[in-house]
Amino acid sequence: MNTQLLKLQELQVFYHTDEGAVKAVDGVTLSLAKGERLGLVGESGCGKSTIAMTIMGLIKSPGRIEGGKILLGEVDLTKLSEGEMRRLRLNQVGLIPQGAMNSLNPVSRVKDQIIDGMRAHNQQISKRELRSRVYEVLESVGLRRGVARMYAHELSGGMKQRVCVAIAISLHPQVVIADEPTSALDVVVQREVMETIGQLQQQLGASVILAGHDMGLMAQFVDRLAVMYAGKLVEIGPVKELFAKPLHPYTQLLLASLPGLAQRGVFRGIPGLTPSLVHVPPGCLFYPRCPQAMEICSQEVPALREGDGRQVACHLYDSEVMI
Amino acid sequence: MNRRILAAMRYTRRNPALAVGIGLLLAILLFWGIGSIFVPFSRTSALSVPASRVPSWEFPLGTDRQGRDLLAVMIAGTSLTLRIGLIAGFIGIFIGTILGFVSAYYRGAVDTIIRGSVDVLLTVPSLLVMILVAVALKGGLTVEGMALVVSILAWVWPTRTIRAQVLTMRESGYIRVAQLSGMSSPEIIVKEMMPNLLPYLAASLVNAVAAAILASIGLEALGLGPMESPTLGMTIYWVLHYSALLHGMWWWWAPPIIIIVILFVGLFLLSTGLDELANPRVRRSV
Amino acid sequence: MKLDYIAKRFGIFLLVIWLALTVIFFLPRFSTQNPIREKMNQEMLRGGYVQVGMEQMIEEYESKFGLNKPLWEQYGTYLSDMGRLDFGYSIAHYPKTVKSMLSEGLPWSIGLLGMTTLIAFGVGSLLGALLAWRRAPQVLRYLFPPLLVLSAVPFYLLGLVLIFFLAFENSWFPLFGGYSPGTVTDWLSISFWGNVLHHSFLPALSMILAGIGLWALTMRGMMVTVQGEDYMTMAEAKGLKGSTLFFRYALRNSILPQVTSLVLALGHVVGGAVLVEVVFGYPGIGTTLYHAIREFDYFVIQGIILIVIVAIALGTFLLDVAYPLLDPRITYRRA
Repeated sequence: MNTQLLKLQELQVFYHTDEGAVKAVDGVTLSLAKGERLGLVGESGCGKSTIAMTIMGLIKSPGRIEGGKILLGEVDLTKLSEGEMRRLRLNQVGLIPQGAMNSLNPVSRVKDQIIDGMRAHNQQISKRELRSRVYEVLESVGLRRGVARMYAHELSGGMKQRVCVAIAISLHPQVVIADEPTSALDVVVQREVMETIGQLQQQLGASVILAGHDMGLMAQFVDRLAVMYAGKLVEIGPVKELFAKPLHPYTQLLLASLPGLAQRGVFRGIPGLTPSLVHVPPGCLFYPRCPQAMEICSQEVPALREGDGRQVACHLYDSEVMI
Repeated sequence: MNRRILAAMRYTRRNPALAVGIGLLLAILLFWGIGSIFVPFSRTSALSVPASRVPSWEFPLGTDRQGRDLLAVMIAGTSLTLRIGLIAGFIGIFIGTILGFVSAYYRGAVDTIIRGSVDVLLTVPSLLVMILVAVALKGGLTVEGMALVVSILAWVWPTRTIRAQVLTMRESGYIRVAQLSGMSSPEIIVKEMMPNLLPYLAASLVNAVAAAILASIGLEALGLGPMESPTLGMTIYWVLHYSALLHGMWWWWAPPIIIIVILFVGLFLLSTGLDELANPRVRRSV
Repeated sequence: MKLDYIAKRFGIFLLVIWLALTVIFFLPRFSTQNPIREKMNQEMLRGGYVQVGMEQMIEEYESKFGLNKPLWEQYGTYLSDMGRLDFGYSIAHYPKTVKSMLSEGLPWSIGLLGMTTLIAFGVGSLLGALLAWRRAPQVLRYLFPPLLVLSAVPFYLLGLVLIFFLAFENSWFPLFGGYSPGTVTDWLSISFWGNVLHHSFLPALSMILAGIGLWALTMRGMMVTVQGEDYMTMAEAKGLKGSTLFFRYALRNSILPQVTSLVLALGHVVGGAVLVEVVFGYPGIGTTLYHAIREFDYFVIQGIILIVIVAIALGTFLLDVAYPLLDPRITYRRA
């Protein structure tokens, strides 16, 4: 299509264990436009973190890319050597990690950790330029200059996460991947950090993939939302439309389980457990828990159908015309 | 029964150290077990057989300068040295568990004293302290006496490990739950904490035994051991005393060294294996 | 405020020394009041030769530590003697003082121990780190089993084996001693130094080999743990080069607990060194100790053990004080 910056095509990532291959990501196709904010939501173990790590090229054995492509522009990331991938990291694709508590080197100062990223991709920068860039980048995430000289253990959780954000955008990458960046933070700080990320994204014109399990957060932040279940993509569409009219039964249940302010009584969860990703049963993986399950669901895997800017993988929409 | 064996064999692939360690130690025990049936203990006394003989059918490991059958000495020595190690190891673990537990569970002043002593004593060269004690006792040590001397400092490291472990456990949720559900302290200790401590206790025991054996061999090699007993360390002492090396009596100095090495490597692997059992690490198999 | 940390450590240092002194004071008093007379009696029973001047020594000893003196007075005298480094006389080699025997052997021991520990620690740690690093040449993995075996072998036994193969079977190295017997100890001559080094090679080698095994194994363990930490993932996500990741992130963080291990292992290393010296007949205080034990030369034994405890306590203290320099999480302010 037009300006699709990042394209995942039938991506498959498996972890090979003693018991067999865990199909963490099984045939996911996604695309990310320039300047777009894409949310990747699902419960623990659905594969969203794996996708984030795979794009960065950080999947290690026993994990392996089994098939599919990741196209950044014209380049297929799955085919790159380690050296070539290394040059892309931070430069073109930045990562805001999940566990900011421990994501900073305990024995280095903040400024050194911002600088070494920059130096790794550009040997020529002068010391003065580096220093001014460090201050610039810290200020852009709302931290004062004094933070540069500090060590990780002297910072609060929110501050640490901001430093990670600062590092991720320090070289103005095209794509920023935020892997549950605010899970470990309290709500107030969460909001601040997300605002910061949002502002920066607009300033830089970068594209963001936000992986997480907080639907409320997704609603406030992303343009388009992709819902994942057990390693597969089940629905994807513009966030407002998705919330207004969720198509896939799983999405419907997810939204229904969000408590409203006026709600009282028993909260609705989703009964049942996620399926084993090693011994994958035939048919749709959501079948055992789906309130609208049909017989065909236990036999055939539903294909991802498209219509009107939305995609959904569910037998309910097999023959219908998508509205 | 078959399923269990299969599961055990599969575990071996994940934890080779445990299997190899057990294997080596079993080999030593076998050596001692079979040997003690066929070779009389009397031959470990001096002048019981002709001296300085090269290995032959009659004396598979030859004899030493004082007229001892070295095969008998090796067999007896293995068991004696192991015995010293086990006695000292158990004493060390026993004291160490009590101290570590009390220190971590009850905290406060008691904890400060115990922890302080442990920290200080850890830096002290244990061998030298034991030399002092052994010298003050002026010889006449029996094998059991040796074990007691060695156990003087054997409790220090176990106390540290166990204290750390109990501290971690104490802070964890399930202890709090047990307290809230009305279990009394002793009950909590026995029913909740002990089962979880067992792997650490086992690993600590193995380490304590290894350290005790190392210390006993060192003391004996210096001439501070039970002079009449044919322990492995004493054999080393006589080897040094009679310059067996210079006289080319390889059958005298090589076997004890080989047995000692197998013993230590076995204990070390066992300890690593138990550690892995207690704290499984992420497997990196593809 | 900055001195809190240092003051506390120094206090512990003094405490350890005081404890050692006290234990050494009281220990023999459980079995004998006068070690010299003991020794003399022993000699006489064996038909040995009693040194001239022994009686004088006994009298001097009695005047200080005799039965007629109250215990705390004896203790006080003892402490002041120790403070002046007056360890008394060697019973077996009277009128040599313990202090002179110590000062003869000490430089040799410090030289051997210091050098071998540094090399073993440095090389071993680096090796261990490489063993754990995924991107390091896989060929190194083959070193793992031999290192394992080496770490389990006590230093001195390794020494015996080395002597056999390298000194006895093939006379590449001397069998024992610090230098060839009969050589004049001329520290200014290069050939003497060459002689010394030639003799030190095997003892040093046995300690280095065994030491490398130990340090490599512990470092490898640390590195494996560190590699699983979140900051390693973040660092990689920054696209840092492999060498930067190895040195500035992994190694730098693993070295901290490794240094702690060094501090804790000092006692063990010293013990092993003593035995190595004995096996090689190396003229350090280890051999002196060995002979003193055999001759039941009580004051020498006492002096050596005391000096060693003090040295280790000092070493521990210095390393403890240096630790905050390595790890910014530990400040001098917090005790």
